[in-house]
Amino acid sequence: MYKIEAIIQPHKLDDVRNALKALGIDGLTVTEVRGHGRQKGHTEFYRGQEYKVDLLPKRKIEMVVTNDRKDEVIETIVKAAQTGKIGDGKVFVYDVGDAIRIRNEDRGDAAL
Amino acid sequence: MSLRTLAVLAYLCLPACAFAQTDSPLPSPAAVPAISAGDNAWMLISAALVLMMTGPGLALFYCGLVRRRNVLGTMMQSFAMMAVVTLVWAICGYSLVFAEGNAFLGDLRFAFLHGVGAAPNANYAPTIPHLTFMIYQMMFAIITPALITGAFAERVKFSSTLLFSLIWLFLVYFPIAHMVWGIGGYLNPFLGGKIPVFDFAGGTVVHITSGFSALVTAIWVGRRVGYPQEPMPPHNLVLSFIGACLLWVGWFGFNAGSALAASSLASSAFVATHLASAAGAVAWMIAERIRNGKPGALGAISGAVAGLATVTQGAGFVQPFSAVIIGFIAGFVCYTMVAVVKAKLKYDDTLDAFGVHGVGGFIGCLLTGVFATRAVNDTLKLANGQAAPLGAVDGNPGQILNQLIGAIIGIVFAVVGTLIALKVTSLALGFRMSARDEDQGMDLSLHGEEGYNFDS
Repeated sequence: MYKIEAIIQPHKLDDVRNALKALGIDGLTVTEVRGHGRQKGHTEFYRGQEYKVDLLPKRKIEMVVTNDRKDEVIETIVKAAQTGKIGDGKVFVYDVGDAIRIRNEDRGDAAL
Repeated sequence: MSLRTLAVLAYLCLPACAFAQTDSPLPSPAAVPAISAGDNAWMLISAALVLMMTGPGLALFYCGLVRRRNVLGTMMQSFAMMAVVTLVWAICGYSLVFAEGNAFLGDLRFAFLHGVGAAPNANYAPTIPHLTFMIYQMMFAIITPALITGAFAERVKFSSTLLFSLIWLFLVYFPIAHMVWGIGGYLNPFLGGKIPVFDFAGGTVVHITSGFSALVTAIWVGRRVGYPQEPMPPHNLVLSFIGACLLWVGWFGFNAGSALAASSLASSAFVATHLASAAGAVAWMIAERIRNGKPGALGAISGAVAGLATVTQGAGFVQPFSAVIIGFIAGFVCYTMVAVVKAKLKYDDTLDAFGVHGVGGFIGCLLTGVFATRAVNDTLKLANGQAAPLGAVDGNPGQILNQLIGAIIGIVFAVVGTLIALKVTSLALGFRMSARDEDQGMDLSLHGEEGYNFDS
C-alpha cells in the first residue's frame, strides 16, 4: 500500500482528476497549498513599490493505492500534470503501514 | 426632436426670457435676494456628492489599500468624520469660517446655526438658502481630516484619531478656510483680503492643509511595524477601484458645486475637473508603463485622484486644455513622489495622503497662478468695472507669487497646527496603538469586529 502525494500547478487539477477517474481511482484529498521549488516567484508593483511573491499557489493531491496500481497512478498523474516548464511540481511516494475504514472497520486493501 | 417639440420648448422658455429682460434695467435687487430653485437644487445635490466622496468614496479607496485586518478600522476613520465633524461644524465650525470676524477667523454669530435659515447669505451665495450654503461647506470640513488618516493608517488608536482631528480642525482648517473663503479673510481676493489667492474649490484649504499635515503625522507616528521589509500589499484593490470612481463622480459636486450656483461657471469647472482627472490617469499609467513595464489599475485610479486634487484649486478659473496640462503634470509629479521619493526617504505615508493631496494641492496652487484667466471667471473686477486679469496667461505673472505665498501660509498652519494637535493628543490619550494591537489589527483591537468572517 502506497501513499502518493502530488504537488501540481493549480490549473492542472481538473486534468489530473479526470485522468485518475478514467483509471478508476475515486478517493483522493486535495489541498490548496503555497510553496516554491526551483520556480522563481513573480513581482508585483503597487504605486511603484515592488513586492516579490515567491510562495506560489499549488494544489496538493493525496491518495493511497494498492501496490499493483502504484506505477500506473504515478504515470497518469505525471502525464496529466506535465507542461514541460519549471513549476510543474513533484510526486512523492510513501509506504503506508495500514488503512482503516471508520464506518465498518475494514482494514488493509479492503479499506481503500 | 420634431419642430413641434421645439416650438413647445421655446414657448415654455418665454416667460423666463421675459423676466430676464424686464429685470435687468431695474436697480440691483441685492436688497431682496431671490432664491433660485435651480441653484438650490444643484447645490443640495452637490452637497450630497461631496459627502459621498468621504463615505463611501474615500472609505472604500483607503480600506482596499490596507491589510485585511484593518479594513473596518480604516473605513471607520472616514465614517467617524461624517458624524463628528458634522456636529462640530453646526455648533461653531461654520461660524468660525464664514462669519465676519478678523482676517484669520470668523466670530461666533452663527454658532449653533443661529441666524442660518432660509434667507440667503448674500456675501457668499445670494440665490440659495443660507442653510444650503452651510451644509455644502460642511462636507468639505468632513473630508479634509479624513484625508489625513491615510498617512497614519493601520497604526493609530480610534480615540486618538478623533481627538487629533478635532483639535486639527480648530488650529488648521477653520483659520485657513476663513482666510481663503471667509468674508474679510486675509487671502480672499473677492471679499476684502490682503493677498489675493485664487482657490476655487479648496486646493489650499483642503489638499495642501491635509496633505502637509499628513506628512507630519506620518513622520511623527513612525512607520508601521515591519515596514518596509515586510510586504504589505493592498488587500482588495476592487474596493479601492470603486472608491476612486466614486471620488471622481463626487468631485463634480466638490469643484463644479463651488460655483455656488447652477451657472455656466459650474459647467466650466465641471469640464476642467473631468479633463484633469482623465489626464492624470493617463499620465500615471504612462509613468508605470515606462518604469515597471505594466500600467496598473491602482496606478490608473491614483492618477485620476491626483489629477482631481491638483485641478481643485483652479477648477473655476482655467480653460479646458489648461486643465489637461494640470492633470498631466499632476500624474507624473505625484507618481514620482510616491514611487521614487517616498521610497528613497523611507517615511511611511501609508496611503500617500501627502504624495497625492499635499503635492497635488501644492502644484495645483501654483499652476492656478499660471492658468487662471478672466475668460473663464470674471468675478474679480478692476476699479473701472472691467474683469481683472487673473493668472500669468492673462499677463499677470505676479499671481504665481501670490499663490506661492498662499500655499506657504497653508503649509505653515498645517505643520504647526498638526504638531500641536499631535502633542496634545499624545499627552491626553497616547497616539499610537501598542505593537500587539497593531499586529492583531485595528478591526479586532479597536472595534471588536472583523471585516471578513469567512467562516460564518
